[in-house]
Amino acid sequence: MTTGVAVELNDLTRVYGTVKALDGFSLHIEPGELVALLGPSGCGKTTALRILAGLDEATSGTVSVGGRDVSNVPANKRDMGMVFQAYSLFPHLTVLDNVAFGLKMCGKPKSERTSRAVDMLDLVGLSAHKHKYASELSGGQQQRVALARALAIQPRVLLLDEPLSALDAKVRAQLRDEIRRVQLEVGTTTLFVTHDQEEALAVADRVGVMSQGKLEQLAAPADLYANPATPFVAEFVGLNNKVPGEVSGGRARLLGTSVPALEGSVAGAGLAMVRPESVTIAADPAGTSTISSVAFLGPISRVYATLQDGSVISAQMASSQAKAFSPGDPVTVGVEPTGVLVVSD
Amino acid sequence: MVAVKHTTLGGKAFRAVLWVAFALFFLFPLYAMADFSTRNLLAGGRTMAAWQNLVADDALYQSIVISLLLAVFTVVAMLLLLVPTMIWVRLRTPWAKGTVEFLCLLPLTIPALVIVVGLRNVYLWVTYFLGESALTLTFVYVVLVLPFAYRAIDAALSSIDLQTLAEAARSLGAGWPTTILRVVVPNIWSGILSAAFISIAVVLGEFTIASLSGFQTLQVQIVQIGKTDGPTSVAASLAVLLFGFVLLLLLSLLTRSRRRAPALEAAAPIPTGVPE
Repeated sequence: MTTGVAVELNDLTRVYGTVKALDGFSLHIEPGELVALLGPSGCGKTTALRILAGLDEATSGTVSVGGRDVSNVPANKRDMGMVFQAYSLFPHLTVLDNVAFGLKMCGKPKSERTSRAVDMLDLVGLSAHKHKYASELSGGQQQRVALARALAIQPRVLLLDEPLSALDAKVRAQLRDEIRRVQLEVGTTTLFVTHDQEEALAVADRVGVMSQGKLEQLAAPADLYANPATPFVAEFVGLNNKVPGEVSGGRARLLGTSVPALEGSVAGAGLAMVRPESVTIAADPAGTSTISSVAFLGPISRVYATLQDGSVISAQMASSQAKAFSPGDPVTVGVEPTGVLVVSD
Repeated sequence: MVAVKHTTLGGKAFRAVLWVAFALFFLFPLYAMADFSTRNLLAGGRTMAAWQNLVADDALYQSIVISLLLAVFTVVAMLLLLVPTMIWVRLRTPWAKGTVEFLCLLPLTIPALVIVVGLRNVYLWVTYFLGESALTLTFVYVVLVLPFAYRAIDAALSSIDLQTLAEAARSLGAGWPTTILRVVVPNIWSGILSAAFISIAVVLGEFTIASLSGFQTLQVQIVQIGKTDGPTSVAASLAVLLFGFVLLLLLSLLTRSRRRAPALEAAAPIPTGVPE
């Protein structure tokens, strides 16, 4: 429906008083790609999105869209659709008029506006509600209308600023999948800002993890999860056990096993970041570790074991497998031979 | 069920008594005014002469026109000054909000007499450039209605997520004038109407400044006529009161027809401030 364009954020810096919200932030988004910016509160992800939208000005750096520098182009001339964290439908307009608003601003005739708005509402499955007002819709419906409204103008770039954070868990998961479906259908280059790692990993082609105004790592979700480039990424994305380890010759030795050490690992002694799903626990009457507790999480369970040195390690496994363990059972703890990042302790 | 019915009946009776008491309290003076203004004091019986004087007496008629024009000009000038300023302050210069609020509320604390004395020198220039028309009182009245209008518009702006609505409109291609006129104003319409009607009421009730400045507004005329022709003066006062009632009724009807619970109020408030 729309042809995506490349987006380039170059060396952006944004200073608020004494706070540096962005510090030399650069990001390249391929045409039609969905990139998620992930990070804790205050990391600068929303600032980056707002600068791209033209709603905030960078202290330094440039923004280019489709090869054209738009740093000095006002927000209303940037041709970008945006869905906000807060419900942003115009309360005095019906759903149909909300979706048609952007087209009206473009000077499209009424018949074209109406037909396009209905098409967009069909896309998000809400055409039956076209004559309702925002106050008559649920939160999830309002955000779907906001998505339809943002896409109605056929924007060159779609910006999603934590659009799901005000919704409850079930609606959030549904809408998350819907956003991805619609984005793939229209092919618009999209920047999705979120603090929810599950959300980012589920919808994005690539995920950028941010910390203190800088991009720590930009990679495909699976790659980011399996090969964190920095201790911050390893810590922020997914759960981790910190296990003492020793690196030499590109391999890390921990829990009596030798596994590949990821690029960026320290040489010598350090702390290995081990995912709970990489930890193996086997019942062993002669084992030196003991089960301390088992947490049931539905299809999976988390099993906690106390090691010989007194530290506790968590392992994630199918609940059917975890049933075999009870607190106090002697076990042997190991690690699957996947790569681990070893950081200095 | 019976107990509930008794409570409902008791509540209804209590409400009816309250209605009657309030109606008597407020309507009796109005009835007395209507009675007095239609009484033929010399020959006895009833006459509409006092009411006919409202249009037949040229000076009184002129003062009514001037007061109505003053009300219209004041409202227009106040809205043109205040609405964009308040929106801009909230969106772009929130640090100036305290100063603007202080300046707008300041006229409440200054006695009318002090304002007249203070404005005398300013008005030398105003009359030099614009002539000695009573309509130049618009400038003073705009200042005078600021505290009331500010409060009404501020309350309306606080009830919407102004920043998000404005940013949504801008991202959809709307320029600033379109954003203000097509998105913000319709959502603060009740506040704008309140500000306008309160301003009209203030202008139509203002006597001190007009009198001390020597301008013949309706209130000044009513006082002057009252010295020689009681019924006409009371008829004019009653007409102003009825006009005010009609305005309030209109306000109530207009705001009711436009009252749609904004989605933003229903949503969980999301704190704004320095973005992440």
